This record gives sequence, C-alpha cells and structure tokens, in this order.
Amino acid sequence: MTSTGEAKMPTVQKGTAQKGTAQKSEKTAAEHAERPSGRQQMVLAKAINAALADELSADEKTLLIGEDIGALGGVFRVTDGLQARFGVDRVLDSPLAESGIVGSAIGMSMRGFRPVAEIQFDGFVFPAFNQITTQLSKMHNRTNGLVRTPVTIRLPYGGSIGSIEHHSESPEALFVHTAGLRVLAPSSPQDAYWMTRQAIACDDPVIILEPKRRYWLKGDVDFDTPAPDAFRAQVIRTGTDATIAAYGPLVPVALAAAEAAAQDGRSIEVVDIRSLSPLDDETIARSAAKTRRLVVAHEAPTFGGLGGEIAARVSERAYHRLAAPVLRVGGFHMPYPPSQQEHRYLPDIDRMLEALERSFGYSGEDHASSRRSTHG
Amino acid sequence: MIGDYPEAATGEESVVQPIQLLAPDGTLTEHEVYSAYVNGLSDARLRELYRYMALERRLDAEATSLQRQGQLALWVPATGQEAAQVGTVAALRSKDMIFPTYREHGMALYRGISPAELLVQFRATGHSGWDPATYAFHIYTVVLGAQTLHAAGWAMGAKAESRLETLREAAHTASKPSDDAAASQDERAPLDYPTDEVVLACLGDGASSQGDVHESMVFASSYHLPMIYFIQNNHWAISVPAERQSRTPLAHRAEGYGFEGVRVDGNDVLASYAVAAHQAEAIRAGHGPKLIESVTYRMGAHTTADDPTKYRTADEVASWKAKDPIDRYRSWLVSGDKADEAFFSEVEEEGKSLAADLRSSVLSMTSIDLDEVFDTVYTEPHRQVEVEKGWLKDYEAGFVEEGSAGGEGATR
Repeated sequence: MTSTGEAKMPTVQKGTAQKGTAQKSEKTAAEHAERPSGRQQMVLAKAINAALADELSADEKTLLIGEDIGALGGVFRVTDGLQARFGVDRVLDSPLAESGIVGSAIGMSMRGFRPVAEIQFDGFVFPAFNQITTQLSKMHNRTNGLVRTPVTIRLPYGGSIGSIEHHSESPEALFVHTAGLRVLAPSSPQDAYWMTRQAIACDDPVIILEPKRRYWLKGDVDFDTPAPDAFRAQVIRTGTDATIAAYGPLVPVALAAAEAAAQDGRSIEVVDIRSLSPLDDETIARSAAKTRRLVVAHEAPTFGGLGGEIAARVSERAYHRLAAPVLRVGGFHMPYPPSQQEHRYLPDIDRMLEALERSFGYSGEDHASSRRSTHG
Repeated sequence: MIGDYPEAATGEESVVQPIQLLAPDGTLTEHEVYSAYVNGLSDARLRELYRYMALERRLDAEATSLQRQGQLALWVPATGQEAAQVGTVAALRSKDMIFPTYREHGMALYRGISPAELLVQFRATGHSGWDPATYAFHIYTVVLGAQTLHAAGWAMGAKAESRLETLREAAHTASKPSDDAAASQDERAPLDYPTDEVVLACLGDGASSQGDVHESMVFASSYHLPMIYFIQNNHWAISVPAERQSRTPLAHRAEGYGFEGVRVDGNDVLASYAVAAHQAEAIRAGHGPKLIESVTYRMGAHTTADDPTKYRTADEVASWKAKDPIDRYRSWLVSGDKADEAFFSEVEEEGKSLAADLRSSVLSMTSIDLDEVFDTVYTEPHRQVEVEKGWLKDYEAGFVEEGSAGGEGATR
C-alpha cells in the first residue's frame, strides 16, 4: 500500500490530457527567448514569473487569465512583462469576476488548453468557490475519466502584509478537503519555480498557494536540476530532538525557530510539507517517529485545520514512537483580525518555541502526566 | 398571449412578442426574416423534427413510470418543451458544442445519445453516461448556471484555436516567423480571431438569477464570444413563477450586456428552428453573442419529486395544453401533406420500442464500481486515494475470508 502514493510526476513533460494535441506552431521571436539556465539568485515572485514564461514558451496551449495580470503585471507583479512578451491572447486580463475566471478556465481546459488562473487575493477566491468545488474538482470523476480539466489556480495567500480585511487569509483546508484538487504550498524561490511548472504540467486541477509575504524572499533557483516531486514533503533541516512541520510562509519561521532552539542545545528537524493534497504523511510521520516529538505550524486557524489532520495521521502511524502528543501552532478561531493585531494572531518564532517546550514537557514515559492540551 | 409578464413590471407595449410562425391551431404565417429558414427544409427534415419531439415525450413517460416503480432515483421531465429543444438543436451544426442543464433530453436524443446513456445519471449508477466529445454535448449540470461559464470558456478556446490556426498558416506562407503576438496587441482586442463554431449555453428562467450566468454574459460580451444563451423560460422554477426571477422579459437582459436578445415561441418548433438558425448564422459571421428566450411551458412536474398542483392552477395547465407543441406541429404536417398516417404510426411504433428498450436496459444497468470512483478522482496517483482504496479492499476481503454467508458484509 505504501508504494501506491509514490506519484511519479513528470517535471515539465506534458501529460497526454486532451485529444488532439496541438502541433507546435512557429513561435514569435519573443516566444523564442531562451529560458534561463544555471543557478540564479532571484526573489520568489520572479521565480514564478520565470516558470510561467517557460511554460508559455513550451506549450502554445498554456495561457494565463486573471485580474490585472496584463499591463500591470498583477498587483504583486508576478506576471510582469508576460503580456508584452506573449501577447494579449495568451495573457488575458479578465473581467473582474472570480467565478468567471475559474469557470471559463474550466471550459478552455476541456478542449485542451492549460489555463493558469490568478486569483488576486486569498479572500477573493470565495466567489469562485462553487466553480472550484462543484465543477473543477469533480469534472474528471463525473465524466468517468473522460474529461480532464488541467487548470492551475495561483492563489497569493497568508498574512503579515499589513493589509485590510480579506487580504491575508489561509483557506487551504477547504481545498484540501475537496477531493479532486491538488494543493501545493511552495516556500522558496527554487520550489516556487519548479512546483509552478509541475502544477501546470499536471493533468489534475492544482491550487498553488503562493506565500505572498515571501514574494520578495531571495534564493537560488537551479534551472537545470528539477526540484523533487512537487507532491512530496522534504526534510530541510535534520535534527534529533523534535520536528517542526510547516509549509509556505511559515517555513522560514520554522527554520529560525530551529536555529533559536539550537542555541539552547535542542536539535530540531524541520519538514517542509510542500504538498497539502496529496499529503506526504509518510515523510512527516517518519520524521516524527525519529525525533518522537512533532509540532505542526500553519497560519490557518488550528480548529478544523490541516494540523489536526496531520496530528491524527502521525498518531495513527507512529503512536508508539511518540513521546508527546502532536501539538499545533496556528491561527485562532476568528475571522482574520485587523492587521494591527496580526502580530498576536500569526504563529511566530516564540509561539513555535513555546510549543516545542510544551512538547519537551512530556516525558514520553507517562502519558498520564499531560499537563496542558490547549495550543499556544 | 404567450408568456405574459405582469404589467407592473413593464409596459405592455415594451414587451416584445415572441416570434411565432406556427399558431397553436396549426396555421403557418409568413415572417420576413424567419420564414426563409423554414421554407428551405425538406419534408424529410420536417418529419425528423416531429420524430424527435415525439420520442422525447415517449421517453419522459417511460422514465417517469420507471421512477414511480422505484427504478430511477429521479426523473426530470421535459414534456412541453420538445419544440424549443428540438427546433434549436436542429438549427446547429453537429460539431457546435452544447452545454445543457439537466432537462435537455430532446437535444440529447437528437445528438444521438441513447436513452440508456441518458438515464445512467438518473438511475445513479454513474454521474453521467456519455462522452461529451462524441456528441458535442456536455454532461448534464445540476448546479444551476455553472455550465454557462464552461460554455464561455469553450468559446474562448474556439477563438484561441483559431488564433493558433492563423499563426500556423502565417508561418507556412511567410518566409520568417510572424511577430504579431506582441507587436500589434495595442490595436487588437484579445482573442479577436474568427471562428465558425457556435456554442450553445442552455439555462432556464430560474437559473437566469444565478451569478454565474451574469458573469458568463459579461465574458461573452467582453471577448465577443460565438455563443447563444438559450433560455427556456418554462414559467416555473420548481414552485416559483418566472416573474420572481425577472421583472422584465429575459430577452431584454441581453441589451444590458451589449448584445441582441430575441423572444421566440418555444412551443413552435419552426420558429425555434428559424430563430436559432438565424442567430447561428449571425454568430458565424462574427456577430456573437446572442440570447434566445424561448417562451415555453413545463407541462409536467419539475421532477418526479415535485407536486405542481400545490402552486399552479389546472386552468393554467389547460391553457398551455391548448398550445401543445407536438399537436400543433402534427396538424400542420398533416394539413400541408408533409407527413401521412403511416409516418405517424411508424413514429408511434418507434416510441414503443424505445420505451421497451429503455425499460430493459435500465433494469439491467449495473452501477460503476466504487473502485472506478476512486480511480477517477484524479488523473494521476494521489496518495490518500490510493491508501483508502487499498484499505477498503483489505477491509472487504476480510469479510470474505471470514466466510460471512452470502457475502453480505462484503458489500457494506
């Protein structure tokens, strides 16, 4: 059973999704521009931009659709310059209608296109929620596998940008809970580049949660060596005493917390979850079984969130190895607060360290000695 | 008058009368634009329209009875709307994609979908029973209006394909690669490429209130899409009358989006054909999108779970019975010597065998296996699905090994 989850993802090779695969057309000079090579340092937003450009170059049936993605390059400038390079027919400024963006992307995908839809902010995905959950996610299943809808939805998400309401949300649990969708959460420029390409290449609908507060995070992108399978987790720091599992914008926070704990002599392992659906519970549980303690961190509210799912799965897989209950660090059961208060709402280094301390408070020998069960 | 709207909503003079060629008494009137489309139809084509209308009605009767006998989870009758559906689909080309609601049985039959394929969804042995690509007919959509956006996307795709075609041709003829993609973008609207496809988005008076329909019409107008919005106004959204959805004729809405809307007598198969043919012709010439409000009447229940006597009067139903689309057309075919009694008996017999075949194929229909449901959630392996599928297999195998008599446990 364990081998069945080993999805072998082609890195950039297209699936054989649709009937009538188009022949390559003569490309314009602009479209012929060389894709980057070697190892380059760039910010995360630029890495996504490069991935989109490379996919637009590689496949004439890939196109972008979204609000303000053309001349403006998107409100975060992720699509900067792409309309100038690929034209108004392939980088489509849409009417201001999220359900329309996703619904029309579905229609295009059904005839062989690979639309990449940008939803401007996490909080604005809800007008498209019906199309995503009742149509996009189910089309392949409802047609007995006859119709594929390889739509990629780019969703800038998460808080800590000091914005007003509806601009800082983390709705991932809703999409992870929806069968038929794949949900990815890159945390670095390298992953952002390769996971975006792998998402577009995938024949299933994929939602990419882009960590918007990390758009300007710098890192190396190796354009020649594909990143590991987008749908697997990765141990990004090894340790022996406890594990923090996080994804997206909290990965750098988890690494910083691990570094701080190291000052106190604690060796913390960090798992970048990367893919939320499918969830690589195997890698997470393996790490937890090794260190015997697991803290899961996400910005989304802990109640009903992915952390609970991970805790359940890890306890099922590694119950006898755990020295402490799986603890969660996350947002509270409230609408995202006014950003003047978000520093108290969002998990930070201290909240992660506090959770680690609580975990270390369990001896691992007497489960009855549990002191506190509420999360911090 | 067909399709009265309350005077409070709109002045009587501003309500456009539905286009009608064939009056309820079976007499044909001339129309300066639309008659030409009908006059060109051969007698064989005219009889074919009748045949599909009659078959649809027979299908409805049989499916309703199967549901009453517990053989179908639900049925959604289209009786009364045969002319609207058959006339419209007959005016399209077979490659023109149709995005139906869940009541377009007349169109489905016309496109060649078998009654058994049609009933898979209603016996709940699967969510759909046909390949949309084979019939250029998408699966039924139960979430109201959602399919109108897929139709818009499909139409955008038609224009995007036309662009690729144009580029290929240009590349073939020009000595060096065309550089138009970026260069001329300032002068051109997006996806401004001609296509001869027409995409039909079906909806009803109820769905016209859905936000997706609005967004679809905005997209269609904005990208100049080759679409027909085909609204069957059957007067009732389950128990709620059409005037609760709109205080103006639905055809009038098109104007607000910047395209043309037409009202047609949906119980007149000739007018339905002519109007759709005229609109499709205009769209192929680059004048899309269009909207057709087909004024018709749902003579039966909304579904087999509905009881229309609770919300509408017998008088109203009787007044529409007098405007029956099949009776009207039959009397015209007879009076014009387009069809003889032998033809009608033939259709009657065909209907009987359709019903018999339908009954036997429904009774022998087997459900898709839950394994197939697992296998089609994703196109490529997904860890959680694979693990759960494996778990269920082991779990059920456990019952077999224990030898639980009759395998009752195994089917849990």
